[in-house]
Amino acid sequence: MPLERSQVEHIAALARIGLTEEEILMFGEQLSHILEQFEVLEELDTTGVAPTGHAGGLQTVMREDVPQDSLDSEDVLKNAPNREGEFFRVNAVLEE
Amino acid sequence: MTELNWLSIKEAHDQLTSRQISSVELTQACLDRIDAVEDRVQSFLTLTPEIALAQAKEADRMLAAGEGGPLTGVPVQIKDVMCTKGVTTTCASRMLENFVPVYDATVVERLTTQGAVMLGKGNMDEFAMGSSCENSAFHPTHNPWDLDRVPGGSSGGAAASVASGEAIYALGSDTGGSVRQPAAFCGVVGLKPTYGLVSRYGLIAFASSLDQIGPVGRSVADCATVLNAIAGHDPRDATSVAREPQDYTANLGQNIKGMRLGVPEEYFVDGMEPGIRKAIDDALATLEGLGASVRPVSLPTTRYALACYYIIAPSECSANLARYDGVKYGYSYQGTTDMWEAMEKTREYGFGPEVTRRVMLGTYALSTGYYDAYYLKAQQARTLIRQDFERVFQDVDALVTPTSPVTAFKIGAMVDDPVQMYLTDVCTLPVNIAGLPGLSVPCGFSDGLPVGMQLIGPHFSEETLLRTAHAYESATQWSQARAAL
Repeated sequence: MPLERSQVEHIAALARIGLTEEEILMFGEQLSHILEQFEVLEELDTTGVAPTGHAGGLQTVMREDVPQDSLDSEDVLKNAPNREGEFFRVNAVLEE
Repeated sequence: MTELNWLSIKEAHDQLTSRQISSVELTQACLDRIDAVEDRVQSFLTLTPEIALAQAKEADRMLAAGEGGPLTGVPVQIKDVMCTKGVTTTCASRMLENFVPVYDATVVERLTTQGAVMLGKGNMDEFAMGSSCENSAFHPTHNPWDLDRVPGGSSGGAAASVASGEAIYALGSDTGGSVRQPAAFCGVVGLKPTYGLVSRYGLIAFASSLDQIGPVGRSVADCATVLNAIAGHDPRDATSVAREPQDYTANLGQNIKGMRLGVPEEYFVDGMEPGIRKAIDDALATLEGLGASVRPVSLPTTRYALACYYIIAPSECSANLARYDGVKYGYSYQGTTDMWEAMEKTREYGFGPEVTRRVMLGTYALSTGYYDAYYLKAQQARTLIRQDFERVFQDVDALVTPTSPVTAFKIGAMVDDPVQMYLTDVCTLPVNIAGLPGLSVPCGFSDGLPVGMQLIGPHFSEETLLRTAHAYESATQWSQARAAL
C-alpha cells in the first residue's frame, strides 16, 4: 500500500527533517516501494520466536565504578556551532 | 624491483626492519602515487601528508631503536567514519564537514601506538549508507579497474586506495557488506570480523548492532596482520568481547585438507552475472583440489535477509542520527530563532537523500502502530536467520558464496533506484544480521571486472576464513592482478 502524503509528512515531522515539495513526492514513492519489499516477512511464521536485538550474545556488561577524568570542557565545546562561555548556546526552548 | 607503494605489509616490514628502506621513503612513494593517480581515483576525502611524514620519521626512530611491530612505518588510509584526533572526520556528510574529533577511535589509537603512518581519510557513502560511494556529499570515487564505474561502498575509498597502490592497506567499516562488497568490486581482500571482535569506540555510529570495523588489503596475509593489531577487548565499547588475543597470521601457511565447505544455493540469486557464477565454480574446484570438501547446503531464510536488514539498520540509524541536532557539533542552521525549525532545517540541509531516506524508513518502522509489524518482526526474522547459520555450521566449517551478485556497475546506473542498489548487498547482509565474520577474496574476472568470493564462518572463526582464503590465494594468481591506471 503506497504511503499517503500525510504519512510522509508525519514521518518527516517525527524525524525532525524538513522536506521540500519535491522530496515529499520522491520519498513517498521510494519509501512505498521499499515497504513493498518488506511484505515478504509476512510469510514467515514467527510465533513464539524470541527477537534478536544484537548478535553478539553479550548481556549487560558491568565494570568497577572508578573515578576518572572526562573530556576537558574546552574539548567538549570545540565543535560547538554556538557557544557562550562554558555553555552551548541554543535557541529558546521555553516560550515566554 | 617492486615499487615501494605496491609492497605487501610483510615485505614492507622486512625491508623496514632490515633498514633497506625507511618509512619516510615508503611513505613518500605512496604520496607520489597519490599525486599521480588521485585526480582520477579520488579515494581520499582528506589527505594528511604532513602528518604522514611526521609519523614516518617517528616510525623510523622506533625501527632504529628496535621498537614497534608489523605495521610500524607502513602507510594506511582510514575511512572517514573513524574519529581521528585533530583531523577532520566528515563521514562524507555536509553535517560533519567541519567536525574535528577531540579523540581517536580505539582502532586508530592502536595503529598509532604501533607507529602506523596515516595518509589521510577515505571516501565513503554518507554515514556509511550506500553501496557505491556515490552517496558521498563531496565527490564520487572511481574504480581503478574502470574509472567510469563505482568502487562499491560504503568503504569505496578504502578499496580503491589499496587497489590503486595509493595505500598499502586501509581500514573500512562494514554494516551490511561495506568492506567486502567494495573489496570484491576493486579486486582486493576485505574482512568483516565477528561482531564484538574489534572495538567500535570512535566509529561514528550507523547501526550499532551491525557495525564492525575491518581491514582492506592486497592480500589475505595483510588483512590478518591488520586484524592482529585492531582486534581485542576495549572497555570503552560495551559490546566488545573479552577473548584471549590470537595471532591470525600463525596458521596461514597450513593446508586446508579436510576443510568442510558449504555452498548455499540461495546465494546464487536470479540475475547473477554468469561470469560470477563461473568464477565461483572455478574457485570451488580449486578449493577441492586443495583438499577441501564441498557440499551444497540450504539457508532458507536468506530470502528474508534484505527486508530484515532494511528494517533493522534504518531503525538503528534513525535513533543514532537523532544526535545531529545542530547544537553540540556539526552543521547548524542559523537562519531562525525557532528551536524546532532550526533542527528541521539543520537536518534537511545537513543530510543527503539516502541518509534522509533511511532515517525516515527507520522512524516509520519504530513509530506507534508499526513497531510490531516491522521492527519486532524483523528482530524475530533475525533470530531465524541466525539459527539457520548455526544449523549449517554443525555440518560445515565455512560457507562459500559470491560476495555480490554483480560486478562494479557504471557510475550513475542505480542512483535513482534504491531497491536495486540495496540488492547488490544481498549476499553480504545476512552475515551482519547474524554477527558472523565474512571475508572477500579476489577469485577472477567477469568481463574484465574483478569478482570476489565470500567466505563466511561461525562466530570468531576468522582464523579458519583467513587460512582458507590464504590457501586459495596462494593457489591462484588473482590477488596479484593490478589495474592499469
